[in-house]
Amino acid sequence: MSQPNTPGAEFSGSGATEPGVDQSGRKKLTFGEGGLAIVFAFLTVSCITVAAKATDPAYAFHAYLSAFASLATVFVIFNRYFDRPAALPPLEIDGKPNYNFGPVKFATLAAMFWGIAGFLVGVVIAFQLAFPVLNLDLPWTAFGRLRPLHTSAVIFAFGGNVLLATSFYVVQRTSRARLAGYLAPWFVVLGYNFFIVIAGTGYLLGITQGKEYAEPEWYADLWLTVVWVTYLLVFLATLWRRREPHIYVANWFYLAFIVTIAMLHLGNNASIPVSVFSPKSYIVWSGVQDAMVQWWYGHNAVGFFLTAGFLAIMYYFIPKRADRPVYSYRLSIVHFWALIFIYIWAGPHHLHYTALPDWAQTLGMTFSIILWMPSWGGMINGLMTLSGAWDKLRTDPVLRIMVVSVAFYGMSTFEGPLMSVKSVNSLSHYTDWTIGHVHSGALGWVAYISFGAIYCLVPWLWKKRELYSLRLVNWHFWISTIGIVFYISSMWVAGILQGLMWRAYTSLGFLEYSFIETVEAMHPFYLIRAVGGVLFLVGALLMAFNLYMTIREPGAAEADSGVRNPSLVPAE
Amino acid sequence: MADAAATKKSTSIWARHAFFERNSIWLLIGILLVVAIGGLVEIVPLFYLKSTIEKVSGVRPWTPLELAGRNIYVREGCYNCHSQMIRPLRDEVERYGHYSLAAESMYDRPFQWGSKRTGPDLARVGNKYSDEWQRQHLADPRSVVPGSIMPGYPFLAQTRLKTGEIAADLKVNAVLGVPYSEEMIADALADLHAQADPNADAAALQKRYPGAQQRDFDGNPKELTEADALIAYLQALGTMVDFKLYDDKANIR
Repeated sequence: MSQPNTPGAEFSGSGATEPGVDQSGRKKLTFGEGGLAIVFAFLTVSCITVAAKATDPAYAFHAYLSAFASLATVFVIFNRYFDRPAALPPLEIDGKPNYNFGPVKFATLAAMFWGIAGFLVGVVIAFQLAFPVLNLDLPWTAFGRLRPLHTSAVIFAFGGNVLLATSFYVVQRTSRARLAGYLAPWFVVLGYNFFIVIAGTGYLLGITQGKEYAEPEWYADLWLTVVWVTYLLVFLATLWRRREPHIYVANWFYLAFIVTIAMLHLGNNASIPVSVFSPKSYIVWSGVQDAMVQWWYGHNAVGFFLTAGFLAIMYYFIPKRADRPVYSYRLSIVHFWALIFIYIWAGPHHLHYTALPDWAQTLGMTFSIILWMPSWGGMINGLMTLSGAWDKLRTDPVLRIMVVSVAFYGMSTFEGPLMSVKSVNSLSHYTDWTIGHVHSGALGWVAYISFGAIYCLVPWLWKKRELYSLRLVNWHFWISTIGIVFYISSMWVAGILQGLMWRAYTSLGFLEYSFIETVEAMHPFYLIRAVGGVLFLVGALLMAFNLYMTIREPGAAEADSGVRNPSLVPAE
Repeated sequence: MADAAATKKSTSIWARHAFFERNSIWLLIGILLVVAIGGLVEIVPLFYLKSTIEKVSGVRPWTPLELAGRNIYVREGCYNCHSQMIRPLRDEVERYGHYSLAAESMYDRPFQWGSKRTGPDLARVGNKYSDEWQRQHLADPRSVVPGSIMPGYPFLAQTRLKTGEIAADLKVNAVLGVPYSEEMIADALADLHAQADPNADAAALQKRYPGAQQRDFDGNPKELTEADALIAYLQALGTMVDFKLYDDKANIR
């Protein structure tokens, strides 16, 4: 929508092909600017109408918030129009791509903000499990509402912004082309973050679909769909501008992530709202089918949001930071197709021994075990990229964070197949072992590779020679790593202990423990876990300080190292 | 790694992959095909294989009051800590009761099987505890279970239940295939109030929702609260199938 052309240009026969300029060289609204302004003006009115008739005050609040945001958007579009020069930013300056890093910068900072918010909520709910009085007996602060806030904040707000920032950066660099669209990239970044605000405030106010990792209600889902399709188009259109014949391997993973998440989102959130004036909707699927669709979605949110997207980050940032080419081109082809094909099947391992038919459980388990191979293919490709540059681990804590993240990826993609074996799952399922497993992946892999990427990105984007302090990065690394170790080891013990207590029998053949005894046994481990979470949060705060100081640092440097780097030659 | 010119001449399978690397649309289509297969194979048969959902008698749609309670259960995120899915394992069957059947949640939108047991499974919690216990436990869990780490929900008993949309709720469920009749939708509001009122006419409600429990659930007959609805839902959980009559062997899949 912001690939503007000048209507009437072909009839006038003049040379006014420049978007945003009319024949006489004067500034004029592009199709994208005008169209978006009209759409958002219409949205403003619609949202106010909905707000006025809303059946639920929380929903009315969301409608007013949307109306306000739409109105602000109209204002910003015109403000930008009045402020901009007649011609839109050129695609190239002096033969070099004129990269668009504004949205990348915004998403990078947003990632850091949401990351800390999400970690903080995580720490709060960890302490709530140790000390239930912290639930405060209020609806807005109870664990049941805060837990989705935590998961969404870290996965979709933190992880999502990292993916937006890095994908928009990587696709420009590896294509040597400016991001497609004038307003579209901003629409994607701001629209996505608005979705986060609606989702998060909704949980606190009790608006939820009640499906794990897909809690936002129908109207937030619709909005996300529009944003996501625009994201795909911006990404694709940037690829079409590429100056390189081949699409770089990181972009395959980004593309798989964007497309598959769209498919999963539409499938899992198919629902009918009770009315336009109500936040409540009912899911199209029910019971056992809903369970299968949910975990088809849920496991592949892990597979494509938290794995494919972050593997793309690995494939760009590790070679770049290590200054080495990707280890094996063939391995990247094999593990790419194998990973995306096999991941989709793994969902039913979340439903072992449930009322899901056995054939589906067996399929899920089988493919989960096979999945070990492509996962480790990716890990090997990432780690071996360091061959010839291992010495850098000693001197570069940023590279160290990324390499350890790949190691954590290897560990949790081994643990996953193990837990998907039905007999293991009968012990681990429903316990904190699962929580520990998720966090070894989420903290160790996803967050660490994100931290590494952000530590790389900030000096590049703000044109600084290096980070403010590499020593602080080192502190961040060690404090967080100790935090992760506390977290996952306490959850292993807690999970296995509780699983064993549930199935323990006395010599007379009675169940040995009442349920509440197994809950009480968790207390020390919940405490250790919370301390681990605090350490992880402290690390992230150090990082935020470090980034702030880096951005504030005066001396601009020629940190524009993208062009000379050998690893950027597209995968070949 | 060969350069682009070399790959053109080469006929190895690796060189053929360049096709996807050069054509973003074919890469996109390739990805879509590859990721579609697993989901199709695992999900689609669940809709037509008759063995997916057992044949059982007794499972009926939720009453309007239970549905309202279920929506509160969803709203408060109870599924984050409580499963509703008893696995066919010895200890679970002894602790919670007969393993869960797919039929028992066939009208549930969304399903609430859960994935974590920070608290116990609730699939068969219905009629295990008195209303009074449930009331106290919701308002202050540690007053009845000292070691509990559940949040307190004292506001439920103080919040009037919103009933304005209940007919619309039933209607959407009916559109999606839950067997709510025209009559049930038309009388949804009346049925909702009747179920929480011990003096109301029981026959009409029983005719539409056989086995529905009818009484003042929250101990406060003056007001219809969210606690009424939630407790009505909890007391109905897992009570619909009579497992004395259920034939396990008939539904082995």
